[in-house]
Amino acid sequence: MSTDTCVTQPASTPGFISVEALTKRYRPDMPPVFENVSFTIGQGEFVCIIGHSGCGKSTILNVLAGLEEATSGHVIMANREISGPSLDRGVVFQGHALMPWLTVQANIAFAVRSRHPKWTREQIGAHIQRFVDMVGLNGSEKKKPSELSGGMRQRVGIARAFAVEPKMLLLDEPFGALDALTRGVIQDELLKIVSATRQTVFMITHDVDEAILLSNKIMLMSNGPRARIAEIVVNTLPADRQRETMHHDPQYYRIRNHLVDFLVRRSRETDRDLESSATPRLVRPGLDEGEGAAVVRNAIPIIKAVA
Amino acid sequence: MNGPRRITARISIRQKAALCSIALLAVLLIVWQAATCTSGPDASVKSPDDAEAVEYAMLMGKIPETGAASQSSSKVTGFPTPAQFAAEASRQLAHPFRDNGPNDKGFAIQLGYSLARVAAGYVIALAVAVPLGFLIGMSRLAFLTFNPFIQVLKPISPLAWMPIALYTIKSSSTSAIFVIFICSVWPMLINTVFGVAAVRRDWLNVARTLEVTPLRRALRVILPAAAPTIVTGMRISMGIAWLVIVAAEMLVGGTGIGYFLWNEWNNLSLANVLFSVLLIGLVGMALDLLFAQLQRKVTYVD
Repeated sequence: MSTDTCVTQPASTPGFISVEALTKRYRPDMPPVFENVSFTIGQGEFVCIIGHSGCGKSTILNVLAGLEEATSGHVIMANREISGPSLDRGVVFQGHALMPWLTVQANIAFAVRSRHPKWTREQIGAHIQRFVDMVGLNGSEKKKPSELSGGMRQRVGIARAFAVEPKMLLLDEPFGALDALTRGVIQDELLKIVSATRQTVFMITHDVDEAILLSNKIMLMSNGPRARIAEIVVNTLPADRQRETMHHDPQYYRIRNHLVDFLVRRSRETDRDLESSATPRLVRPGLDEGEGAAVVRNAIPIIKAVA
Repeated sequence: MNGPRRITARISIRQKAALCSIALLAVLLIVWQAATCTSGPDASVKSPDDAEAVEYAMLMGKIPETGAASQSSSKVTGFPTPAQFAAEASRQLAHPFRDNGPNDKGFAIQLGYSLARVAAGYVIALAVAVPLGFLIGMSRLAFLTFNPFIQVLKPISPLAWMPIALYTIKSSSTSAIFVIFICSVWPMLINTVFGVAAVRRDWLNVARTLEVTPLRRALRVILPAAAPTIVTGMRISMGIAWLVIVAAEMLVGGTGIGYFLWNEWNNLSLANVLFSVLLIGLVGMALDLLFAQLQRKVTYVD
């Protein structure tokens, strides 16, 4: 069963991060932005969250980061409840959040020095160089962020987050402001880095293709207020998928259609019938119904041949 | 073709401006010359014929001499011509460090006194304003606590503090330093508060996720982020301090460029008054340029 091995590809220890009944209410006289949000992320998993603006995706990410507090509910990471930010959870911010008065090198050094205060200058320098190389920024180490393009700035942000070597990486729509071409290049790089480091990632995106390319699981959020995680779509594409060939897989369209359908239609409807179920259901588009399973099995050798 | 032309155009606008400045200076000098020449013969009465003219000359501060004309006197009275001014200025410039008692000190010594006072008051103000500004900018409680005091104390003219300072401090020199302190503290304090309060949330969040200690966050994140605003405040403060020191020294007396100016007015040496006025302007400009340099150093492009 080649498909099964693909689906369960990340050897995840379930519940590395578990979010339990998270609710956020900004004003007591208003309904909560989201309520009763529960999910788990396994070690080494790449999870994307998709939903319309205002459903509280960023708030969930900020709660995971420890930058914001939920009104109720808990986040437990490695058997400990999260309270406040930590070096164990690195964040790549939407607007890169680099310090404009520091060079690329100094920006990353700031993070490394926070992680390893006792390191010598040489140790820090070598460590920085490794991550500068990783994101393909050699030659730009001495530049200020204002001298870099948007894509390069975001790479610095990614390098800074990775250089801390956190147990978990939180990405808040990191490529939202980039053009499609740059975005593709950085997605490929991120994919390469993540598969090499087996980093656990939680990422917000609005880009359905990006989610399918990068993640193992895609969480779909219904619209706010009272947003919920409606369902979790398991990415059944092979783990070695690539941007150039991914769209030849018939399974890709089943997942994509499922996601787009949700965003266009069902994200509005689901909030009623979700009231009862506490945990979101797992969906494997095209496979759960049974009709698509055979096609997928046939498709995989094709993908591998192309790749 | 277009490229070189543009460059010449850019150079020539600078040259044009320089030429215009020189022309403007020349016009001012001519006007000055013309204005002082016509009044010159009138004032320096050569051969007073009638008693009325003598009395007029005496009222103007001149003692009509019977024989030789008063040109031989080295002391220029009345408003000087540019040439007289140049002669007086070169006399001053020749002995910048002379010290012949309290009423005859070189301009460099007097400037030194003024600058030392400004520096003392300014550094104390800086040492108070920046830490306090950090506190007020970071804490809402501190902001609400200090704000009424700042709002009341800020609009008070620094010289209005002079009697209180003189009574409580008793030393006139220290009082001048206090006046400099009180006038330069406000722009620095207010700019620090705004700079610190306006530090981008993202940068603070980065520091939080990196578990940066409060001291390191203050020095490595907030300070550089707020530095352009703080230095702008410092520049404004320095400008005000230099304005105020002259006035304060006129009041307090003893030493300093303000005292020098007032003393020369009492001597009715307008050439020296003019000389010190120009000197104050030049030093003020130099101080401002210094801070412009500092500002350029801390400014970042976002």
